[in-house]
Amino acid sequence: MSAERRVETREYVLGFGVALLLTGAAFAAVYWQKFAALPTLGIVFALGLTQVIVHFRFFLHVGFKKSAREDLQLILFSALIVALMVSGTLVVLLNLRGRML
Amino acid sequence: MSKGEVRHVGLNLGATDAIAHRKAERAVFGFWVFLMSDAVLFALLFATYGSMLGATAGGPTAAAEFKLFSALFETLILLASSFTFGMASIAMKYRKAGESLAPLLAWLGVTLALGMTFLGMELHDFVGMFQVGAYPSRSGFLSAFFALVPLHGLHVLGGSIWLLVMMVQLASLGADAQVKINILKLGLFWHFLDIVWIAIFSVVYLQGLIR
Amino acid sequence: MVFFMAMPFIAGLLNYVVPLQIGARDVAFPLLNAVSFWLTAGAAALMMGSLVIGRFSTGGWSGYPPYTELAFSPGVGPDYWIWAVTLGSIGSTLTGLNFIVTIFKMRAPGMHMMRMPLFCWTALCTAILMIFAMPPLTVATALLALDRYLGYHFFTNDLGGNMMNYANLFWLFGHPEVYILILPAFGVYSEVVSTFSSKALYGYTSLAVATSAIAVLSFTVWVHHFFTMGQSSNINGAFGIATMAIGIPTGVKIYDWIWTMFRGEVRFTVPMLYSLAFMVTFVFGGFSGIILAMPPLDFQVHNTVFLIAHFHNMLIPGVLYGLLAGYHYWFPKAFGFRLNERWGRIAFGCWVAGFYVTFMPLYVLGLSGMVRRAQEVFDPAFRPWLFVSLCGALLLLCALCSLGVQLWVSVRERAQNRVFVGDPWDGRSLEWSVSAPPPAYVFAVIPEVYERDAFYESKRRHDARRRPARYEDIELPCNSAVGVTIGLSAAAAAFGLVWHIWWLASVGVVLVWAAVIARSFARNVNRLVPAAEVARTEERWLAAVAASPPIARPVETTSLNRGLAESAS
Repeated sequence: MSAERRVETREYVLGFGVALLLTGAAFAAVYWQKFAALPTLGIVFALGLTQVIVHFRFFLHVGFKKSAREDLQLILFSALIVALMVSGTLVVLLNLRGRML
Repeated sequence: MSKGEVRHVGLNLGATDAIAHRKAERAVFGFWVFLMSDAVLFALLFATYGSMLGATAGGPTAAAEFKLFSALFETLILLASSFTFGMASIAMKYRKAGESLAPLLAWLGVTLALGMTFLGMELHDFVGMFQVGAYPSRSGFLSAFFALVPLHGLHVLGGSIWLLVMMVQLASLGADAQVKINILKLGLFWHFLDIVWIAIFSVVYLQGLIR
Repeated sequence: MVFFMAMPFIAGLLNYVVPLQIGARDVAFPLLNAVSFWLTAGAAALMMGSLVIGRFSTGGWSGYPPYTELAFSPGVGPDYWIWAVTLGSIGSTLTGLNFIVTIFKMRAPGMHMMRMPLFCWTALCTAILMIFAMPPLTVATALLALDRYLGYHFFTNDLGGNMMNYANLFWLFGHPEVYILILPAFGVYSEVVSTFSSKALYGYTSLAVATSAIAVLSFTVWVHHFFTMGQSSNINGAFGIATMAIGIPTGVKIYDWIWTMFRGEVRFTVPMLYSLAFMVTFVFGGFSGIILAMPPLDFQVHNTVFLIAHFHNMLIPGVLYGLLAGYHYWFPKAFGFRLNERWGRIAFGCWVAGFYVTFMPLYVLGLSGMVRRAQEVFDPAFRPWLFVSLCGALLLLCALCSLGVQLWVSVRERAQNRVFVGDPWDGRSLEWSVSAPPPAYVFAVIPEVYERDAFYESKRRHDARRRPARYEDIELPCNSAVGVTIGLSAAAAAFGLVWHIWWLASVGVVLVWAAVIARSFARNVNRLVPAAEVARTEERWLAAVAASPPIARPVETTSLNRGLAESAS
């Protein structure tokens, strides 16, 4: 196995391992719920976001130093649009619900 | 790997197949753009789900119907399939001309089997939910659930069919540039679906089961 | 009008002009381009079919539930609307994808982003908007379809439905959509104003930045389409401020165009006339937009014809004049002969007069309280204004007919107005450096670019249209039946879904995917244009260049114009 192949294989193994841990931690946080609802939710979301980044880095090989500029620009722009649309939707609809009750 | 060699998202063929590597830049970037539009689609379904968490209309709720271990096993299976696809990508990249296609086909086959297992489990879950009266036309909340999660499932089904087609193409056409580029695109798709599933198990299943 | 007149017209302009301007032979994914076209054509056929088979939706272009739910619209109308819009929106998304990749990856060597023509900047931002704005529409129509076909409760009145989310989703699409419509028109104006002022575009950087700012900001204002839906005044206020902010980059562009004309040699050709009419009229419409951006004022005129006047004030002088200017400007490039100038002016006069006479009364009527989308005239005081508006509509009909007459006359007179050399307007960008019409491969040799307005600068150096050192074989894609198959199968499937003919819907969907899979097995899908043929075509053109008299700008609209503009001194 060439050196480059070993390096690339290790990336997938490492990513898989870390993702397993993060998954386990999230499910454990809910199964053995030690905190109140909102902090637990926060932990789950934080672990999920971390795992998304792990997938991007180790499975999709996307990173600030590694990637082509256009690919990074596209991901960051998409993240911005998704954040705007989702947060806008939730703010508006939850506000409407509050004013109707 | 020097930065100049990375031309697109996902595993880059680099010097192992210079011609395919050059052609891949445009094709893979285009597919990545498509995935961004798909991401917006899913994001809005998540937002809709979030806004309809309370719309249970006196019917079945998340806490009552979601099964933690079922969701966990589905998660582990899909994550494993992402890993096996990664192994398939590496087998494809480092296979020299004339070497056997068997390792590549084997990894793809395992990925396919894991994907189908995931779908089977998910279908079984849905049938179980229907049997206890948790069907989409019961309430807005269930409508939102049964739009978001089956859409992901449909994507996995599409990806599985694509996997099958790629295995047939490898066997019949060999690993030419076009086949390799299509497998690179499929790889992006498969990893993307696992990323969406992370959001699903966090926002849908785990959120629903928090007391 | 939006989905099946404006969007296809825009896509057509982008398709034709962008590859030529960036020095590419084709778009990044030619077959996908064909698929986009045929999906749009299929969707339009479906909608037109509804004129004779069944009845189209009466829910307007936005299709709001609960009116469009089964309970209130049990017929096939909303289903026709849903599937026609779905097919069209998929076609547009794929077009956006194609142009993002084309512009990012296929620019000629040396053409940095800041050296591209402004039309390509607006094309890029339009494509980005298409990618991110069409998905909300797909979601809105898909969820409505789930409600109607499978009894889901997204937008129903009962069991947890929330129709306000539909308005939210639709306008998440709807607002960026109007910027998808206007940005290409802004790009046309940049090209036309620069060319017919005989001057480089003023403030290129500010124009590029303003275009990008408009693209991003267009995702932050959608709530202004439903200020009255019930959310708090803080939310309305935030979106009102964002809406006013988005007027600023547009204002920057208007100033840049005015400064481009300043101290230029302005020629009043038909495209330039449209640009001037645009600058005056569109700004007026923009003012009415700023009025509407303030929630308290919007509450007064919501659902009145004031809004109709406002958006037609943006669409007609903005989008339509831009498309017509682009049509006149690039028609000679595409077809090899100029359009008749006299009928162009007649049409122009009718469009401008017609617009003012039709829509200015609607501002007055809207402020007086006349509601939109009503079948009756409730207040007799409205009638005189409506009659004036009717006269304006007749003028607009004359305008449309004039365009038809113009085309007929132009085709009849084409021999006198041929511009084979390819540069009738003393253009600045690469599309004018090839023959009119260009050969299938466009560029015999892909140009290398070292500056903005590269072709114009090469003309000034007397270095334009050089014979290449050698000719190479050129690979082009073969024609394919895949695009037609996918588009028409999708339309057939949609028809099946509308009328609940499940076997037809299934067969259509299967055919679409079968075509995709079968195509992926195909190899040898390109054809080779041999170097000898390229040489023959190019030599014929270069001979015509040598034989044509260069013409000065004042006579560019006469039959003296063979397509060779006098080199700028």
